[in-house]
Amino acid sequence: MSEMEKTPVLSAADQAAPAPKPKRPKAKSLLMIGEQTNTLFENARLAKERGEKVGWSASIFPQEIPETLGLNILYPENHAAGIAARHQADPFLQECEGPLGYSNDLCAYAKLNLAYAAVLNGESAVEFPDGGKMVKPDFLLLTNNICNQLTKWYENLARQMNIPVFFIDTCYNPCDYVTETRVRYVRSQIDQLITDLCAFTGKTWDEARFREVMEISQRNSYLWERANNLMDHKPAPIGGFELFNYMSAMVCNRGKKSTTAIMEQLNAEMEEHIRQGTSTFPVEEEYRVSWDGIACWPYLSHNLRTLKKYGINMVASSYGKAWAIEYDDLDGMARAYCFASTNGDNATTMLSRRLEALKKFDCEGTIYHVNRSCKVMDCQMMEIQRQLSEMAGVPFTSFDGDQADYRNYSEAQFETRIQGLVEVMKQNKEAKCNG
Amino acid sequence: MADLAQDLARLQTASENPRAQLDYYLKQGKKVIGCFAPYTPEELVHASGMIPFGLWGGHTDLKLTKSYLPAFACSVMQANMELGLKGAYTGLSAVIIPAICDTLRCMTQNWRFGVTSIPMIPIVYPQNRTSPASVDYLISEYETVLTMLSTITGMMMNEKALCETIKIYNEHNRTMREFAVTANEHLDIITPQVRHAVFKSAFFFEKSEHTAILREIIEELKTRPVYDWPGKKVILTGIMCEPDQILDFFTENKIAVVGDDLAHESRQYRIDIPEMGGGGLKRLALQWNARYGCSLIHEIGKPRGAMLIRMCRDYGAAGVVSCMMKFCDPEEYDQPYYEVDLNKAGLPYVTIEIDQQNASYEQIRTRIQTFCEMI
Repeated sequence: MSEMEKTPVLSAADQAAPAPKPKRPKAKSLLMIGEQTNTLFENARLAKERGEKVGWSASIFPQEIPETLGLNILYPENHAAGIAARHQADPFLQECEGPLGYSNDLCAYAKLNLAYAAVLNGESAVEFPDGGKMVKPDFLLLTNNICNQLTKWYENLARQMNIPVFFIDTCYNPCDYVTETRVRYVRSQIDQLITDLCAFTGKTWDEARFREVMEISQRNSYLWERANNLMDHKPAPIGGFELFNYMSAMVCNRGKKSTTAIMEQLNAEMEEHIRQGTSTFPVEEEYRVSWDGIACWPYLSHNLRTLKKYGINMVASSYGKAWAIEYDDLDGMARAYCFASTNGDNATTMLSRRLEALKKFDCEGTIYHVNRSCKVMDCQMMEIQRQLSEMAGVPFTSFDGDQADYRNYSEAQFETRIQGLVEVMKQNKEAKCNG
Repeated sequence: MADLAQDLARLQTASENPRAQLDYYLKQGKKVIGCFAPYTPEELVHASGMIPFGLWGGHTDLKLTKSYLPAFACSVMQANMELGLKGAYTGLSAVIIPAICDTLRCMTQNWRFGVTSIPMIPIVYPQNRTSPASVDYLISEYETVLTMLSTITGMMMNEKALCETIKIYNEHNRTMREFAVTANEHLDIITPQVRHAVFKSAFFFEKSEHTAILREIIEELKTRPVYDWPGKKVILTGIMCEPDQILDFFTENKIAVVGDDLAHESRQYRIDIPEMGGGGLKRLALQWNARYGCSLIHEIGKPRGAMLIRMCRDYGAAGVVSCMMKFCDPEEYDQPYYEVDLNKAGLPYVTIEIDQQNASYEQIRTRIQTFCEMI
């Protein structure tokens, strides 16, 4: 039989159908992120095998400290987001709310992680979807700049696994600035934490290494913010949701050179798109919006599909930039970590940051994620919506969702709300065009 | 001789109608400061010559608050916001709000923009209390509160006044603890409702006045023979146990409350302000650092279970009723661990859901009945 004969014969219908759209190759920066994430977990596993102590950390902890000490740290929030995004959360949520006795009301990142920890601890038998790559910790690093639930979550992990918590209480900021007394309190805790962590892990603090890590971290923060800022071009060089993919570099690897390489690559890719007048956003950018709140990880693709349908690109987010943390010494570090997350800041600060973003990125609307996991984000959101919309003259919509619990979302509601927002944005656009 | 029934009725009336109590002080020309649940530095208000007045929600129709809080904020904060927005707190010169949980962080801002007629004074308590720096930090928070209070009085508080206030508060703490112990010998008179009214009323009186009434109650009780309670005894744990209908179910089932770990009640009085060891502000900060067994204050080891077991033993309680404030995440994180500890100790417990805005409590009635049979 000749080679020609082996070729399958296409039916008339097949021949009439358009050729399948070739899948866009992954950007190099994204491949680099994948490698970096694998390395993070692999290094932690190897460290554990060598008998070294491995830690788990809150996501806006001064990561430069364990990095200086050469410790391997994993991040439960980031890990939980990954599990949720891959639709693997269910057995963990069930385990947590069932045998472990936790309330459904709690943060889904916490519920997921507490159940995962119970498996690591031999108390539960849920099958790991990832081979248990989040290895069992020997200590915990905690800050409460994101929320107070983290404090309680880590209290429970500490008791569950009988391990110490190294805690920096960053204090909520009711003032428009971080008071000097907060800086002193936090700085003192940082000093104590370094001493205690060295004693616990047997590591030694090296000031020169710290300076080096701090510089890397500062460079990374700069590059991350720069990449975020490149979204001000029209059309934006990438689809805004893609930036969520790079957050692990800033959350888990902020003080590493590998992140510098990723961030430089990302900036270069975005600049190239700007030069070419192209974008990875798959359709024409009709509307530019900001996204308020954590990504709705379990439904990211549904969110994106719906937004794409109307040509809505998310060009600004209140969330990712929390990891662009700038400072140049330990006092500065104390101040920066108190002020990093808008969850820890008063409404005035929150409003001014959001207003600046709406203007800078020329947003035509805001989408608020009423994240059932996150009371600190939701409980003042309505007041923020009212004030921000009035200040910026930009409409908004909100939808019910969750950062990790797939049960708290309705596709129909999301679609209806976005449709409603589009109608208002369209009217505004037309009014603008008509003068 | 004071009349026990009259004294108890006075506290009961105050706890049922705080507004009348507020008006009573306002008519005297006093300035009154609203003190949000669960902890505020009341002593600073008192030492500044004003009346601290507890704001722990209450039963009310939730309408206006829906423009500020999602449905999954706890009912105490929903009610405080609603009452503030509808003007029920008119007359207060300010409110102090502790940003001690995620909902309360937001309440500082909701109040600030929603109830503009009553200024908001925030306080952020330190949670890393093993850090020596937490004391200086908390002193600075107190100083900020004082500065804001002085804009209301036009006067600065002085050290002598604070020292005097500390004595009054410590005396009140001791008296509340003594009342709780004495009450257990007179469970025929101090029913769960009466006990609750005594504790709740403390938030609506100037403390030396409350102490004076309490002293009379205690002395009166002591003149009576010890009553041998034939029913069952329990400990309550949680934020609060309201409204009174719930407490009626205990009475119906011949269950007495012989101790509590409620933020609304005994948690307030566990720890005195040190008599020595520095100026008044420092000693107040040291009291904060010594507080224990509260879900809203960070502690390592989840010690509540052991504490509840100890309380059951000390007061002869047969079990624990977990009064779970709906949507209170700090309490929800503690619950699995104290339940495990109680289980290990062979102590029965039951959870009842507390929602101040509930219209029907029949489910709770059934749970309490079943629990009564269990113990």
